[in-house]
Amino acid sequence: MIRATLLAFLGTLAASAVLAAPPRELRWAGDSEGGAPFVEADPSHPDAVVGFDVEIAGLLARGLGRTPRFVLITFTSIDQSVARDDAEIGLSGIEDTPARRATLAPTIPYYEFRETLAVRDTDAARFRTLEDLRGRKVGTLGGTIAYEILLNAERDHGLQAVSYEDDVHPYSDLMLGRVDAVLLDNVLAERRRRFISGFRVQPQTIAVGHYVGVLAERNAPLRDACNEILRGAMRDGTLERIFRKWGVWNDDQPALYARLLAGEPVPPVVGLDASASVATMSRWEATRRYFPTLLRASVITIVLSCVSMGLAVGLGVLIATGRVYGRRPIRAALTGYVELMRGTPILLQLFVLYYGIAAAIRLPAFAAALLGLALNYAAYESEICRAALEAVSVGQLEAARTLGFSERQVLTLVRGPQAFRLALAPMTNDFVALLKDSSLVSVLTVLELTKQTQIFATNLGSWVIPGSLCAALYLAMSLPLAALARRLEQRWKAPTP
Amino acid sequence: MESADPMSDIVLRLRDVHLRRGSREVLTGVTFDVGRGELVAIMGPSGSGKTTILRAIAGLDPFQAGSVSVEDVALEGGVNVGSATLGRLRRKVGMVFQFHCLFEHLPALQNVWLAPVHAYGVGLEEAKRRARELLTAFGVEHRANALPRELSGGEAQRVAIARALAVDPRLLLMDEPTSALDPARRAELGDLLKDLVRQGRTLVVATHDEEFARECATRVLKVSDGAVSVEP
Repeated sequence: MIRATLLAFLGTLAASAVLAAPPRELRWAGDSEGGAPFVEADPSHPDAVVGFDVEIAGLLARGLGRTPRFVLITFTSIDQSVARDDAEIGLSGIEDTPARRATLAPTIPYYEFRETLAVRDTDAARFRTLEDLRGRKVGTLGGTIAYEILLNAERDHGLQAVSYEDDVHPYSDLMLGRVDAVLLDNVLAERRRRFISGFRVQPQTIAVGHYVGVLAERNAPLRDACNEILRGAMRDGTLERIFRKWGVWNDDQPALYARLLAGEPVPPVVGLDASASVATMSRWEATRRYFPTLLRASVITIVLSCVSMGLAVGLGVLIATGRVYGRRPIRAALTGYVELMRGTPILLQLFVLYYGIAAAIRLPAFAAALLGLALNYAAYESEICRAALEAVSVGQLEAARTLGFSERQVLTLVRGPQAFRLALAPMTNDFVALLKDSSLVSVLTVLELTKQTQIFATNLGSWVIPGSLCAALYLAMSLPLAALARRLEQRWKAPTP
Repeated sequence: MESADPMSDIVLRLRDVHLRRGSREVLTGVTFDVGRGELVAIMGPSGSGKTTILRAIAGLDPFQAGSVSVEDVALEGGVNVGSATLGRLRRKVGMVFQFHCLFEHLPALQNVWLAPVHAYGVGLEEAKRRARELLTAFGVEHRANALPRELSGGEAQRVAIARALAVDPRLLLMDEPTSALDPARRAELGDLLKDLVRQGRTLVVATHDEEFARECATRVLKVSDGAVSVEP
């Protein structure tokens, strides 16, 4: 009894000691793919990161008496990672938005940026504002304020918004002519101008936004402590030194700091009608607004999947036929193709097809997505077809030959149809897999269901409703296919006695 | 059973056929003739080479020496047979396999009309009419729309014979036709084959069913260790 009491006492002591001890680290989330001047791998020490957000993380950690620890999180997942406590704060050029204010605990803004329009030098005189871009494609980073502005401009000015997964390819596509303008903040635009020539940033400001740190709502006390540290850094010039070091200090920042230090409220964004933001609506209203968009994205997903699967099966049949009947060089070449497509990531293939060969062949995004999925899945379908062709019994082929059929007729009238029946069920399963893999084409700016859901979730500040709707739509598309596969399997599985 | 004079009109002629699979010699100099209107039974234990003889005649298994002639089409041993020769041969020879080998994806009727239409250029309606006649003649017209897996062993056998006859071959080869049949079905098959012989068809049947051979065949050949001898 005494021993048990002693153990319980020691256990309680240890637990309270753990709870009472302040965390020694400040885990901060960022995406080094975003690059300089925000967060990038240190060129001299690739394991370390550098950038103004890295220095702000260090500033906050020092102020809190902790050690900063970088947690690499994909830019689009930083909000969710902070909410689920993978990190305590997210810092990576994160924009202040109504959605973040409604669902997270953002810090005070520490940098003010301007949304600016970049156009090719040759178009500088005719494309000065969004109004000038009616009927034109304008690229930006998906899920950002700039994207929201472009969606509004689609309605108001008849332009077409093109969503990218990163801030590099909008500018390269601008130079390739795939888009006619890019709307992004001045920091990103100026950074890209150092690497790409031939475009210019128009002087008119489309909107004004701010970079903030994001924390989970439960970490509001920590956020308040961070705010005090940031205000101190505004007063003593630490932030100015950091931004000057990274070449992004400008006259907008002192004005922002003065307003913040005077206690004036700073709206998240100026120049975007925030009343239309889903973050300010009820969840039901937001869902009602977004559902038609998700349905349209589902149509893109199903069309993309059906057409690319049709192409994949056609190509797969040709490849399989070549591998079964072809001469040695043909067989070797086709085997090489199959192994190459199966042995490399589909994402890489999509990138090569859309961006890698763009200098030689400039495929439209949807065509590249179709082709990319079709070429990749053709390799898998060809293996199914080849196995099915080889599974047709020799007896069937010999029976056909003794009846006087040519080898071509044996293939088209007997072997092919029987192989098709064997292959249909596994191919239907592959179709379900392709339906889901089609989400990868969002990297080529194709707005299919998953990408649209991600945008909905970012704007809403939650994944629960968008994720559930997305899952329901995928199931609505894939369950009939799975049922069809089972029926076909059932129908054709019985062997001939 | 009454038989035609075998020497008067030779349909099939094998001369010293040698066939080797790897190091094993399966046929060791097979020689025999079959005349028009004969039903020749090739008998022997399992593995003796009965099926291989049929396959060599049908051009399915190449042989290393000797010759096989079906009417005016000759295959020479050790020579790569061209597709044209094989095509001519297969217009003269029909084969019914031990396990029928009906096309699994097609109903019985289509199994029968497929070759006349696609390999012989017969019009579809004419081929269908002829196929129905054959199925009726063999008592399986009511199974015309059944898939092979829905047929009994006896029904499948009859459809397979109808399919082989649909292209009107000079010579019909049958491999173990009674192996899957009960006594009643076997008797029916015997009557059917005798009818074919009466119609002037030439048949070579590989079987281990002695009773069936004695009852139906005009002549019985014995195979042992790849060589053929005439039964006394």
